[in-house]
Parts: sequence; C-alpha cells; structure tokens
Amino acid sequence: MAQQRLFRGVTPYLFVAPAVFVLAFTCLYPVIKGFELSFFDWSLGTPIESRKYIGWENFLWAVTDPTLYNSIKVTLIFTACSVAAELFLGLLIAFLLEKGLKGLALLRTAFIIPIMIAPVVVGLLWRYLFDANFGLINYVVSLLGLQPKVWLGTPGWALPAVIITDIWQWTPFMFILFLAGLQSLPKDPVEAAHVDGATTWQVIRHVKLPLLAPVIWVAVILRIIDAFRSLEVMYIMTFGGPGRETEVLSLHIYKTAFTAQRLGLAAVNAIFLLAFIFLLSMAFLILVRPAFAKK
Amino acid sequence: MKENSLAMKNPTARTGSAQTGWGAWKAGKSLLAYLLAFVYLIPVIVLILTSFKTQIQIMEKGFGWFFMPTLMNYTNVLWEQGFFRYMINSLVVGLASTFFTLIIGGFASYAIVRFNFIGRGTISFGTLLLRMIPPAVLVVPIYVLWTYFGLADTRLGLTIIYIGLNLPFTIWVLISFISEVPVELEEAAVVDGCGPWKIFFQVILPLIKPGLAAAAIFTFRISWNEFILALVLTNRMTRTLPVATTIYLTDTGIEWGNITAMGTLVALPAIIFTFLAAKQLIAGLTAGAVKG
Repeated sequence: MAQQRLFRGVTPYLFVAPAVFVLAFTCLYPVIKGFELSFFDWSLGTPIESRKYIGWENFLWAVTDPTLYNSIKVTLIFTACSVAAELFLGLLIAFLLEKGLKGLALLRTAFIIPIMIAPVVVGLLWRYLFDANFGLINYVVSLLGLQPKVWLGTPGWALPAVIITDIWQWTPFMFILFLAGLQSLPKDPVEAAHVDGATTWQVIRHVKLPLLAPVIWVAVILRIIDAFRSLEVMYIMTFGGPGRETEVLSLHIYKTAFTAQRLGLAAVNAIFLLAFIFLLSMAFLILVRPAFAKK
Repeated sequence: MKENSLAMKNPTARTGSAQTGWGAWKAGKSLLAYLLAFVYLIPVIVLILTSFKTQIQIMEKGFGWFFMPTLMNYTNVLWEQGFFRYMINSLVVGLASTFFTLIIGGFASYAIVRFNFIGRGTISFGTLLLRMIPPAVLVVPIYVLWTYFGLADTRLGLTIIYIGLNLPFTIWVLISFISEVPVELEEAAVVDGCGPWKIFFQVILPLIKPGLAAAAIFTFRISWNEFILALVLTNRMTRTLPVATTIYLTDTGIEWGNITAMGTLVALPAIIFTFLAAKQLIAGLTAGAVKG
C-alpha cells in the first residue's frame, strides 16, 4: 500500500524512542548479559562478587552434558508431535465446518477459551484430568474396561499426556487462522473448479490448500516458535518428570538456574535455545515473506 | 444471471435429491459444531464443577456431574492465603503494563507506518525478531539484572519486563490497523495546523480503537497469565495469582477443591473476555498472519 510520510526531522525518533529504550532494556540488554554470564561460574544466591570467570568451561560442560541433549530431544519430539497433530486437526475441522453454519460463532468462542486461559491453569486442569486416583481420564479408561494408569508418573506416558494437553490448548489457534484464511480466499477459482465438475476433495486438494499455503506456513512456524517457548504446562504437570522425560529445553534452563543453582551453565543452555529460535525466525522470514509479497 | 449459467453448465448440481442431502449435511454440521464445542469445553467444565465440590465428593469413585454444590473451596482460597493481595498485584501489574504497552507501542507503530527516517527498517525488523525471544532465555539474566537494579520483588520490576514482552506483538497488531487509516485525514489535519502529537492522539487513536482493544486484551492476558518470570521476580508480598496458584500444588496430597477454585478464579477474566470480545480476539489472533 502506498504510504505517504508526513513528518521528518527529529519527530520520528521521539515517537520510537520509548519503545526502543524499553526493548533495549528488557530484551536486548539481558540477552547480551546472558552471553556474558555464560563465561562465569556463579551459584544462585551468592553475591555478584563471588562469581568466577572460567572462560569456555561452561560451554565445554554443556556440549558433553547428556541432560542438555535429552532436553533438546524432548523439545523436538514435543514440538513435532503437537504441531503436526494441531495442523492436521485444525485443517480437518476448518474444512469440515467452513461454510455458513449456525453453531460456528459459538464453536469459535468455545475454541478461544483454551487459548486465553493461563498455561498454569491449563497445566493444573490436565494434571487433575490425568490424576491416577480422581482423574476423569482414568475413570473413562476403567469404564472401557482398560487398566487405569499413573499417567504422569509412568515412563513412556507422561510426554504423550503433555502433548495431548498442548493439542487441546492450541488446535483452536490453527483452526481460527485457517478459517479466517478460507473466508478470505478469492471466490473465482473455487467456483470455476466446481463448474468444471471437480469433487469437493479435488477442490480442497488442488485449489484451496495451495491458496491457503501462506496462512498454513505462518500458523505452523508461529506454533513451532511457541512450542519452543512453553514450559509452564510441564512445570505444573510433571516438573520435567518422570526422570527427565518431559524436561523441555526451556524447563531445563529454569531447573539448571534455580534448582541446580548454576547460573553460568543455565546461561549457556539459554544460548542453545536462542540459537534454535533464531534459526526458526530466519526460516519464518525467508519462507513466509516472499509468499506474502506474491499475494 | 450467474446462477443461471452455473446451472446450465452443471445440470446435475441442483437436483432435488442432492439438495436434501446437502440440507441434511448442513443440519448435521451445525449439530457437529455444537457437539464439538461441548466436548471441547469438558475440561473447563470439569475444572469449574470440581471447584464447587467437597473433598468427599471429589474422592468419590467416578465423576459426579450432579451434586450439592458448596462454596467452601472459595472461602478457603479467598480468606486464608492472602488471595486479595495477590489479586491486587496481578491487577496492578496487568493494568499498568497494558496501559504503557499501548501508549509506547502506539507511538512506535505510528512512526513506523507514517514516518520516513533512518533506522526505520532496522526497528521494525528488530521488533519482529524480539517477538520470538523465549522467556526462558530472559529468566536468568533478568533475575540477575533486576536484583542488581533493586527491581526484583517489586511490582514495578514485573511491570517493566511485561511491557517489554508485550511491545513487539502490540506494535505488530497496531501497524496493521494504522496502515488502514486513510492518510488524507492526517493531511487535512496538517493543513489545519495540527502537529504530529495532536494528530496521533486526536485523529489516529480514535480510528484504531478496535486494534487497541485487541492489543489491550492480549497484553493484559499475557501479563495476567505469565508465570515463570513472576515466579522468579516476586516474593511473598508481590506475588501474582498464577504463582500463588502453584502454592497449592504439593507432592503430598493435593487438595483439588482448593486448587480448582483458585484455577477458576485465575481463568475467570479470560472466560469473561472471551464471551464479551470474541470478535476482537479473532482480529488479534489473525492480525498479520492472514492479512499479511
């Protein structure tokens, strides 16, 4: 769109100065400080003077640390499974319920609630549902004649439980984005395909999905980045357990700093997370921006 | 005309039997939508129902949908654990960070959309990148820095970091709303002798109210819900509600009645906002992603 620019000189800088200052102080400066911290051996709770410069030792420790690799593995599994399921279900529901039906407004409203609720509440709610003694899930399982389980305490079951929780909370995000995308698609190609005798499935597969591709990319990458950020649900449901089976990288950083009390090592782990997010952001900018430019 | 030509080219499309089939599918779809909405909300319904149960009702075998409700859990939570202090902390931090995020973000978005200045590209690109930073990356350095500056354990310290966390998203949303304002309005205001600040407050702000509403709800939601930074940056006096909720989570014998009551209270603003402003929320969620 054509944007005319009205004012020049010092005024623009006065307008952006507060935002730049706040962002520099709350995001940029701490990130730089994090890099600095990674060169120190410093225990939580001890005064700043007691920290010791140890060069690259934290990095050397981190690259041979199985718990770091474990947390990266858990993060990747968690992200891949939840985002893939959310993408599939989001598309499915969006296509099923696409066109003008009565319950849609209500459904959309119902779908926003999980997104709006605090992750802490989502975590405790699903911890209750998965609870071995009082949980609804074990009740349903026993009604079906199956063996109830200690879901969150049994190796092999805790991570799926956390993934199911994430799918419940975030499938609506995909659905809402896809629905908005479908509603803003140009009408002509779809009508033309119908006129040419294409089946509903063919229209979806060859007309709507390709047209929807930019929205799908944005939704997937935003969700991947969000999945890398999430730790509250695991903190509440399992605190990373059993063992370290649900300890995602974000939670690993927190535990390194505030449970193991090793601030320097936690800063190194944070650099790993930052590197992942940076690569994803680059993918976002490279993949998604050209798609928009074409539109 | 168009309908006509369509029917002619594809005569089988609108026959009687196809129409009733379509009608049935449409009705079925509505039913499916209602059913899906209900099933989807079962966890939330379970949360709310449990908060009105006694410990004995909770421990009963199976899940009771009908029972004699009690307010005991709420009286426990409200009167015993400093709930009101935590709620006031959450409200003060949430409202203050929302207000300042909107003002500061509004200024910046306006400059990025309408002004031509060196560094404009860097700032809008940098904002996009900062949006991606995970709180877990910030938690250690912020804890160290805020302790050093004396900002730890204060509501001010929490408010400042929440403004920083929310600014990128707010700027993103407001940019898409401000660029839709016709620039002629501002040019007319310039002719009338208005300066940039007056134009911002008297022309732009009133026109982007829907965008401000969406951004405000999302900012308040992040501040109200945020957990990990609040956990690290607050103490007994400045704690917010999500952090206070975790006090009830002990390894030995969780009192589900109390904790679900607490959870319901924390979730209440989100549920109210959802029903009052579903449209703004969808505008906020899809801003930038769908419109481009």
